[in-house]
Amino acid sequence: MRTRGSQLVVLALLALGAVLMLFPLWWMLVVSLETPANAGAATVEVGALSLFPAEPQWRNWVDAMRAVGTVEWEGFLDALANSILVTFLTVTATVLSCSLVGYALARTRFRGRATLFGIMLATMMLPPQVTMIPMFLVFRELGWVDTILPLVVPALFGNAFFVFMFRQFMAQVPEALVEAARLDGCGHLGVWWRVMLPLCRPVVAITAVFTFIFVWNDFLGPLIYLHSEDKATLAIALNSFRNQYGGLEDVQYLMALSLVTMIPCILLFLVAQRQFIEGLGKGAVKG
Amino acid sequence: MATVQFEAVSKTYPGGVRAVEGVELLVEDGEFVVLVGPSGCGKSTTLRMVAGLEEITGGTLRIGGRVVNEVPGRDRDVAMVFQNYALYPHLSVRQNMAFPLERRREHGGLLARLTSGSAAREEDARIAAEVERAAQVLGITALLERKPSALSGGQRQRVAVGRALVRRPAVFLFDEPLSNLDAKLRVEMRAELKALHQRLGATMLYVTHDQEEAMTLGDRLVVMDGGAVQQCASPREVYERPSNRFVAGFVGTPSMNFLEGKMEGGRLQVPGAQPLELGGRHRERGGGLVLGVRPDALRRAQGAEEAMLHARVALVEDLGDRCDIRLEVEGDQELVARRPASELESWEALEAGTVVPLTFDREEAHLFEPGPHGVRCG
Repeated sequence: MRTRGSQLVVLALLALGAVLMLFPLWWMLVVSLETPANAGAATVEVGALSLFPAEPQWRNWVDAMRAVGTVEWEGFLDALANSILVTFLTVTATVLSCSLVGYALARTRFRGRATLFGIMLATMMLPPQVTMIPMFLVFRELGWVDTILPLVVPALFGNAFFVFMFRQFMAQVPEALVEAARLDGCGHLGVWWRVMLPLCRPVVAITAVFTFIFVWNDFLGPLIYLHSEDKATLAIALNSFRNQYGGLEDVQYLMALSLVTMIPCILLFLVAQRQFIEGLGKGAVKG
Repeated sequence: MATVQFEAVSKTYPGGVRAVEGVELLVEDGEFVVLVGPSGCGKSTTLRMVAGLEEITGGTLRIGGRVVNEVPGRDRDVAMVFQNYALYPHLSVRQNMAFPLERRREHGGLLARLTSGSAAREEDARIAAEVERAAQVLGITALLERKPSALSGGQRQRVAVGRALVRRPAVFLFDEPLSNLDAKLRVEMRAELKALHQRLGATMLYVTHDQEEAMTLGDRLVVMDGGAVQQCASPREVYERPSNRFVAGFVGTPSMNFLEGKMEGGRLQVPGAQPLELGGRHRERGGGLVLGVRPDALRRAQGAEEAMLHARVALVEDLGDRCDIRLEVEGDQELVARRPASELESWEALEAGTVVPLTFDREEAHLFEPGPHGVRCG
């Protein structure tokens, strides 16, 4: 039983941690709503930062979005649409492919299953930088450069970490449920789709959220494969914007656009928080 | 409805472990057959082979005359109720029960459904009606919108039966469906299952390790041990004329008493007992023989001339409506006598270690060859 004193210490430490984590966000928010002069001053000296702007400049956000790219609004909307498309396709492909491979490894028997599982786990040790150039060469040969295919298609082949999570979760599902589904008329695909996937909701949530955040924020992939302005994702657009409006006098626009880019991730986390934490817990216990 | 015929059906697992060996059995159309035996006797494996959940490695299995060895479980027209219910936790009771019918409809072809809207609506209505009908039969209509997690054990079991019922299968398979229920509920559900069988007249194969459940439910019992069928007969016959010592010991509570003896001069000599005169074909034989007497056939002898054996009282257990008396005979062989509660006082009046004369009716004695599976010989 914890004493009241130790609880207070824990609470204080957690509060301090939360303040440290939230400070950059708060700083971004304040700067994004400041006048150009105040924003520039706050960037140079933290002491010049007010708790909240006396006159919030909400227009900064609209102006920042409008100013992306060479054509007003078009640059931002194109980048937004591209990010949504790439993220949606990648998240869907990752959830489907990882759960399907996880099902095969957890619930079907075939020669070499353990070896394949081991090889798949070993790929987790491979840094992505190692495969970057060979993959670029392959995609260039396929004529996929400057399309979203190199960003989406690899997701159809699963991700070792998420496959591992799905496999561990599915291995815990009682065998009788699978047998009942088979007798009720399901084949392997039916069992996977109708029984396993709905039962794996926490793992689906965690896979979807992690993949969403990674793909939404991914800069390197789109930088390598997407060259045309109309194909850029938000991360690329933000980088171009930084080159254009990176000066102290325009920093409020950069912060405003950065926050706009972050909003979907924050919203998604808030919406899926319960499932997300449940999934992490299950992964920890059953993994 | 259909017959289920086992012709020398065997199951050998990779590595050579033989789980089931040469099962020969014909389950008649509409019959309720119970596979009973101790853990690891092969009864569940046998049932799972009928369901198509275990590959048959030897022999032939026919359902309704059709050889099904290579037919997937979903195409055998069988429905199974599992020990832990196996309800889909993410679906409501209604969706659980409709699940097999929905899958059957899918097999009818996606294209056909899409091109014929009215046929699809008719099919939807038919499935809904089937679910309602089964729910009414089982008294679970009020639970249809609930999730399995919101149901009690007995309710879950009813839903599991309902899911089997809606399919109107040729054969129902039950794999220890009552073993997760408490004792009172088990007795209730047992009666419901029996009534359901009488109402449907369906072919049912039921696995249990509980011999009381087996005796009350089955038209016929199949007693199994070591992967082989030991006896297949009506519950009455299994109880009164067990085919071997294993069956005699397994069926009946408490177990039958066994006393090892030797044949000498046409008499069975059991240590601590009067020589037992055996007539007929036993007269000429020698060697060992096992005498079996059910606990309820054993009683105190009224006089010395009636006594057939003597035993020391070890313990008297009061069971309310009856009492069990644990006794020891010469050679450290143990006996149990089950007597009515009216005799409790007279037994309790005896001190532990008191030697009492016991007797039994000759017709109630069973004779077996020596060994754990010694066959019945009288």
